[in-house]
Amino acid sequence: MTQAVLPPQIPIAEALKGDPSRRRRENFIRRLFLGAAAVSVLISAAIVLSLVGRAVTFITNVDLGALWTSGWFPRRGLFDIKTIVVGTLIVSLIAMVVAIPLGLGCAVYLSEYARPRVRRLLKPILEILAGIPSVVLGFFAITFISPQIVQRFFSGSSLFNMMAAGIGVGVLVTPLIASISEDAMRAVPASLREAAYGVGARKRTTTVKVVFPAAISGIVASIIVGVSRAIGETMVVAIAAGATGGSIFQLDPSQPGQTMTAAMTSLAIGSDQVKGGEFTFESLFFVGFLLFAITLALNIMSERFVRRVREKY
Amino acid sequence: MAISPSTQDVVLARLKGRRVDLKGVLFEALLLLALLLSLSILITLMADVLRGGLGVLTERGFGFLTAGLATFSADTAGVKQGIVGSMLTLVFVVLLAFPLGIGAAVYLEEYAPDTTFTRFINVNIRNLAGVPSIVYGLLGLALFVEVFRPLTGGTTAISGGLTLAVLVLPIVVITAAEALRAVPDSIREAGFGVGATRWEVVRSHVLPSAAPGILTGTVLSISRALGETAPLLLVGAITGYIATGGQSLVEQMRSSFTTLPTVVYSYARLPSQDFREVTSAAIIVLLAVILLVNAIAIVLRNRYERKW
Amino acid sequence: METATLTPIVQRGLRARERGGPFVPGEGRTVIEMADLSVYYGDFRAVRDISLKVEEHLITAFIGPSGCGKTTVLRCLNRMNDLIEIARVEGRVSYHGVDLYGKGIDPVEVRRRIGMVFQKPNPFPKSIYDNVSFGPKIAGIEGDMDEIVELSLRKAALWDEVKDRLKESGMSLSGGQQQRLCIARCIAVQPDVILMDEPCSALDPIATARIEDLMQELKNDYSIVIVTHNMQQAARVSDMTAFFTAEVAESGDRRTGVLVEYDTTEKIFTNPSEEGTENYVTGRFG
Ligand SMILES: Nc1ncnc2c1ncn2[C@@H]1O[C@H](COP(=O)(O)OP(=O)(O)O)[C@@H](O)[C@H]1O
Ligand SMILES: [Mg+2]
Repeated sequence: MTQAVLPPQIPIAEALKGDPSRRRRENFIRRLFLGAAAVSVLISAAIVLSLVGRAVTFITNVDLGALWTSGWFPRRGLFDIKTIVVGTLIVSLIAMVVAIPLGLGCAVYLSEYARPRVRRLLKPILEILAGIPSVVLGFFAITFISPQIVQRFFSGSSLFNMMAAGIGVGVLVTPLIASISEDAMRAVPASLREAAYGVGARKRTTTVKVVFPAAISGIVASIIVGVSRAIGETMVVAIAAGATGGSIFQLDPSQPGQTMTAAMTSLAIGSDQVKGGEFTFESLFFVGFLLFAITLALNIMSERFVRRVREKY
Repeated sequence: MAISPSTQDVVLARLKGRRVDLKGVLFEALLLLALLLSLSILITLMADVLRGGLGVLTERGFGFLTAGLATFSADTAGVKQGIVGSMLTLVFVVLLAFPLGIGAAVYLEEYAPDTTFTRFINVNIRNLAGVPSIVYGLLGLALFVEVFRPLTGGTTAISGGLTLAVLVLPIVVITAAEALRAVPDSIREAGFGVGATRWEVVRSHVLPSAAPGILTGTVLSISRALGETAPLLLVGAITGYIATGGQSLVEQMRSSFTTLPTVVYSYARLPSQDFREVTSAAIIVLLAVILLVNAIAIVLRNRYERKW
Repeated sequence: METATLTPIVQRGLRARERGGPFVPGEGRTVIEMADLSVYYGDFRAVRDISLKVEEHLITAFIGPSGCGKTTVLRCLNRMNDLIEIARVEGRVSYHGVDLYGKGIDPVEVRRRIGMVFQKPNPFPKSIYDNVSFGPKIAGIEGDMDEIVELSLRKAALWDEVKDRLKESGMSLSGGQQQRLCIARCIAVQPDVILMDEPCSALDPIATARIEDLMQELKNDYSIVIVTHNMQQAARVSDMTAFFTAEVAESGDRRTGVLVEYDTTEKIFTNPSEEGTENYVTGRFG
């Protein structure tokens, strides 16, 4: 190592421009990912387009009087909207009567009372409940919920009834409500709880007066998501609520009834058998659009509440 | 001088609190009741299904899995087409929803500038996740069965698979984005600091760190796809009796189909007691598959749960 | 000469030691020059009108109260600020006379030549070997990777401690070792300048002393800019010191960072020309 020689200076201005092929590759990959992200927009557009177009076809071709009659019998040209909307409301209401207390109870217990070990054990079990396919719960509704619960308490109820379907849907929605509201409660900073304990509050007081109010946005969001899920739930209702093919307007939950989703499946399944009028099948898209609009509105609402939680902590 | 015993007693009594906090105990009991009730529903459901279906399974054993659909004789009814159909449709979920979903998540978390367009995509994906699954069925019906009939062949496993892929896509995006968000920025800075490009940082450091979370999300979306029924009914799964006699994969894909949950549905609609048992047996098979997949997801998550 | 694989690519000239002793301020070339540099985060002007020259083979320290914009200025020097969406730079930063924010300049290439060591040690959650080899691999540096890794770790004074556990995770090292690993990772891409943002603030005094010794070593090959809020550290290790402070902005209640004084470390600590500097270095805060 005698005399180190100064090599020719690399023109720095050139060197700093980087490798063009590396930059091209970088841009290419970026576009690829952007394309993947844009697919979601395409899907939304496709949903809206396919629903709106044919819903409009239906509404412009159907005799408008057929939308307000005695029942939902598409093959006879009777499309009484209130039958399926009220049916949906009854089932969802029953579902929420089951799911709100159960879901919130689970959430509060897991977030505030359960010891970590217990929580680690119980949480996955709730997740399993959340993972049970709705077709299974539909079957459970007609083999157990209806005969063992509904028919026992409401004599004269039919095997297929809205009550059993509602309870089944409620069971499906429970873990959803539990999981979202538990997250909301766990997001409440520990310092808030400690502040309450610091002034001598008991656990129940702390939970009810401090944690619950602090997490209320998330809890409300969980309930709205639950309602949206209940309204959109299909298989439990299709199996357990009875009324395949059609139903008269029905307010008694112990009797068979028709919901929007169940009406859609029976239309779809029967589609390549007897067809009603020319536009009977298009009613499927009309109901689908109605369902889409309602659940979208609910989801946007819950999104608002969730954002409020995020902003707070 | 010792504290007089009376003072000591008073302090002790104060510290021990008033009587038992009855309301508090009652409150906790109610909460526990809610939890136990939820769990007992799960247990009852399992017991009910096992009681109904275990007989069929033990009696016919493997034969139940390899027997085809039969709607008139319960003795020969099985779930073969359902299993084959479910696997065929999952191919689309894995090949389409996973890469697209993870790609979208990478874009949103790693590349996207905070623009109105980005925020719009984000909101859009969250709303898609809330769309009822039956609406995806309508989309599949309108798009894959009707518009793309020349490609899909109509009410085929291809249409079913595409519908499921679209349905789980938002779930994959959301879970993957969450996993990416959990990777601390210091790792990205370290990568940029030694002169790596965005993609080099993502590929070599961010994705590997987020892999367990992403994997958990994809496994969960498989379990979701395995259990979906309603959208598949709309794209014709119920009418399909998949051909399982030695056709090529492409032929199978382009013929009518059914899946495990739609098989359950078609058996559940049959009124006879024999078919109640067959339905229960089919449910046991379905639940076994789904629980297995869920268990994998839970184990993965617990195993790799990383605290930064 | 095998170490040639690790000498800075642009500077591949004489090492300071070979030219007979350490550099003294005023002797070397200018590596980085800032002229009227201002940085905004959105509408907030975090620092304004910074002008100073960083000389080669010296350790230049940035000192000043927290929040005065030392990190912000440092991150401008290798375009790390590009990663913060709302950050915007005004004025000029040049590197060997080339405008770093000029048209066509690739920030990736800039960061490879002007490396960075962060406040909190941030090894990749990978093996020690992979931590060091990642940079050279993506930069397409030729040569025996094992050798590059070894040389880098040796230069970072870490080789003896880790040579038997190169496959172990970088996260398994102690804090001080992690920071030296980060330094090794930085040198492995053969940079010209190393930027260090409070590299010792998360370390104990012994680990700190090791890094300070290491910096004296590294000075022979690289130019170093270090941010520190520890004045003894600045006095101990640096050749030049820039003192920043935050002054109330013309508008609004937020404070904007300004450069108060820049001189040799000796001058700054013994005979500063500004009263604010004197108050700060003697512990009397203005
Ligand atoms: N990413 C950022 N976004 C917005 N403001 C920032 C950001 N980083 C730093 N700042 C602000 O810039 C000012 C200077 O910060 P910084 O450079 O970190 O100071 P120092 O390193 O001297 O403590 C502070 O007021 C800080 O709040
Ligand atoms: Mg700083």
